[in-house]
Order: sequence, then structure tokens, then C-alpha cells
Amino acid sequence: MSAVDQTEVAQRLPSGIERGAIDCDIHPALSSTKELRPFLDEHWQEMLAVRNIDGLDLTSFPPKADLFSRPDWRPKQGKPGSEIGAVKADVLDHFDLKFAIANCLYGAQAAYNEYIGEVLCRAINDWLSKEWLDKDKRLRASIVVSLANPEAAAEEIERVAADRRFVQVLVLAMGEALLGRKQFWPIYRVAERLNLPIGIHAGSTYRHAHSQAGFHSHLVEDYVVQSQGFTAQVLSLIAEGVFAKFPGLRVVLIESGVTWMPALMWRATKNWRGARIEIPWVRQAPAAIMREHFRLTLQPFDAPPDPADFERLMEHFGTDEMFLFSTDYPHWHFDGDDVLPAGMPASLVRKILVDNPLKTYPRLVEAS
Amino acid sequence: MERHVIAKTSEIPPGTRKLVEVKGRQIVLINTDGEYFALLNRCPHQGGSLFHGDLIGLTESTEPGCYKYSRRGEMLRCAWHGWEFDIRTGQSWCDRRTRVRTYRTAVEDGAALEKGPYVAERFNVTVEDEYVLIEV
Repeated sequence: MSAVDQTEVAQRLPSGIERGAIDCDIHPALSSTKELRPFLDEHWQEMLAVRNIDGLDLTSFPPKADLFSRPDWRPKQGKPGSEIGAVKADVLDHFDLKFAIANCLYGAQAAYNEYIGEVLCRAINDWLSKEWLDKDKRLRASIVVSLANPEAAAEEIERVAADRRFVQVLVLAMGEALLGRKQFWPIYRVAERLNLPIGIHAGSTYRHAHSQAGFHSHLVEDYVVQSQGFTAQVLSLIAEGVFAKFPGLRVVLIESGVTWMPALMWRATKNWRGARIEIPWVRQAPAAIMREHFRLTLQPFDAPPDPADFERLMEHFGTDEMFLFSTDYPHWHFDGDDVLPAGMPASLVRKILVDNPLKTYPRLVEAS
Repeated sequence: MERHVIAKTSEIPPGTRKLVEVKGRQIVLINTDGEYFALLNRCPHQGGSLFHGDLIGLTESTEPGCYKYSRRGEMLRCAWHGWEFDIRTGQSWCDRRTRVRTYRTAVEDGAALEKGPYVAERFNVTVEDEYVLIEV
């Protein structure tokens, strides 16, 4: 059953998108750990104050960098995305969305101290529930976890997922260890059981160089080379057998760019044919596994020079089910209403805006 | 379909193979545990010589970390790109649409062969010996 009825989507907005779209990546910003105070116990309330634990923005996403806020979405004061009124006006109302999935990017996910990571992630999840989800019924959220202790992360997922407005588990593209490793399987076990895709968002905990060949000098390099991190995670998840073990698991690559993936499909499949005895639990070609288990959000789109390239790109993917609409608010990837890439066939627009997200996130269907 | 005598059984003991040419085609003759298999010596992927590949078992898995081994010596793995072929059917493991050409084999003793018909391009058949034949 389609969750959004036809009359509702028939009307097109100036942006070219239909009413009732589902935005699979927006970023509510935590201004300060002080906001988490109501969600911490007495010990941690005191410790955050006494030890001045604050300002834990991810190095991958410096709040003042141009890339991470569109100029017209940057508030006069405070961090972009920190104020719910602006989020409503700029994105929920402006694009007349049915749902938007809030992915909170904050250093809690990257903390070296596993206890601080856990306690801050737990507080952020409760903060998301009270300060965001309770304040607009169109908002949904991803469960933020620290991967330092996967057992604890699985418990946190179990706890938060009781609230059906949490629709995904959020991790960063580049962490301490590759995500296919067995140490992370407790997370996948619970995520599969609770119908939560794993959202891998661009970003690094800086345990390793982004490039795998050394540290870059500039933010632009770190940002562009994210696709290497995503490539490594896709290969790791497939080769380690995560989908053989958890066949119901879906993974959403968020803010990953998209054009790198067909080349990976080809190469991984080619080499799997000759070397599959090394990983006999991978019984399908990697390209087929990618098509079945992976999804990608739209922004930032890689902007091939010719709009006609979009259709060729879809042919390379071999499916139109993998793309999910996203604005990546407040990050600056497009201006005005140009949220859909040029050259996107009309038949695809609805799939990307509504159908694909609903198929990817079972919990959105329940709520519709 | 012609029957061709291609080897004496004594020259290809179990676990060995022989490259033969029949009507201009190179054919790999394999003895696995006393059974004879014949495949075209040309990998359908890129044309590599299957004669030079490894004869391995079938590795399957029910879950990550599990290596289930069976059918020792029944998979021929091309030396060029590692594609595996089932020597009983010629079927490629990784690409179900791809198959290497196989030929029916038979073993007959020289006395039976005296009655013919068969083609023995390079063999003088003697009644004392046993021979491998393929149908081409």
C-alpha cells in the first residue's frame, strides 16, 4: 500500500518535487553539550561542567565551513540546523515534506573514551526525541551510537528503538575498524530484528587517514575522498559475510556521492568470480548484493557535466531502486530549489521522493 | 558423433590429466578417482588453457567462517582468472550462464575396440590394453 495518496503527490512545488516527499538526510545540530544536561545523570551533568566537555563537533564537519551551510540557511547566530523553527521553514515546509530523517552528527560518535561516547550518544537520542521529534510530527531520526563498545551500542539501539519514530542506526563512514568485522555484528543483529537500516554517513573519527595513503592537507580533499571510505565499508560488509548472516539488513550510504558505485560493482564482481573461494559465503555477485542491500542518498549529487549522463548512470547501476531523496540540510550542495539533479527522468522522481524511501525504511510505512 | 581413442588408461592414473587433440580441438582429459572427464581446453571466460588450471574441491559455505569442502578434484580452476568449472557438467560456478564444453568418455578394452567403429588418430590399439575414448 502506498503511504502517500495520489492526490497528495499530484501537485508539484516550485522546486519540481512533489508534495509529500521523504527527505532521508537532514542535520539537526547540537549547539552545546549544555543542551544535553536534562538527559544526563548527576555524575555526568557535573562532569560535563567541571571538565568542560563541549565543542565536540566532528573534524569532518566544521560548523563554520562554507560547505556545511548554505548561506541562506545559515542563521545570524548559532550553528546551522540548531533551531527547529528554521528547519521547519527552510526544509519541512519549503519542500512540503511528508517526513525528514534527522541525522545528528556530533563528536559523541567519535569519542575515544567509550563511556563518554555512550553517555553522550544516549543523551543525544533522548534530546532528539524530546527537542525534535516531539516538536514536529514530520520528523524521524536515526539512533546515534558509539562503536567503541558494540554490545553497549546494541543495547542502546534496543532501548531507543522502542520509539518507532527512530527509523535507522547511524554510524560514520570511517571509524576505528571496518564495519564488516564480527565485533560489530551485535549491532546488525538487533538492527535487522528491529527493522532498522544501518545508515553510514560521511565523516571520520580520524583514527586513520581518509585516503588510506596518508593525511590530506585540505578539507576539500578529505570531503571528496570520503568515497574511498564508503568503498572500503561496502566491500567489508559484503566480504565479511554480513548479508549472509543478516539477510534482512539494509545499509544506506548517506552523503556518499553516488557515481563511484557502478565502478565498484563491476570491479568487485569481476574479482569475486575468480577469488570467491576465499569468501564462499558470498554466494551472489557483489553487484547483486549491492543492488539488494545498499541504498544511497541523493545529495551531494556528483554533478556530471551533461544531464544526459544521469540516465546512463542509472543504466550502470542496473536499477532505479537505490536512490533516496535528500536535501542534506543545511549542507550546501545546491542553491534555490535545484534539489533534484538535472536530467532525472520524470518516472524516477516519484520513486526517489517517496517509493524508495518507504521500501528502505519499514518504520516509515507504519506511521503513514 | 564419432568415438575417438585418446589415451591408454595406464598413461593417465587417478589424479593426473592429459592434453589431447581431436579433430583440431584441444581437449583436457582428467582422471579423478578412476573416473574420466573430458573438457575443451579453452576457458569460456577469456580462453585460458584449462589444462594448466588447478583441480580442486568444491568449497561452499552455510555462514561466514564456515568452509564446507566436498567433491575433491572435481572443480577445475582456470589458471588465468580463477574461474571454477564443474568437470562433470562444465558449469561455471560464478556465472551460471557460462559452461565449458564437455565430452562423453568411455573406457574399453582393446579386444572390444577391435570390432570398431572408432577413430584412433595416433593409436595402434592392441587387445592387451585398455583405452579411454571420447565422443566428439
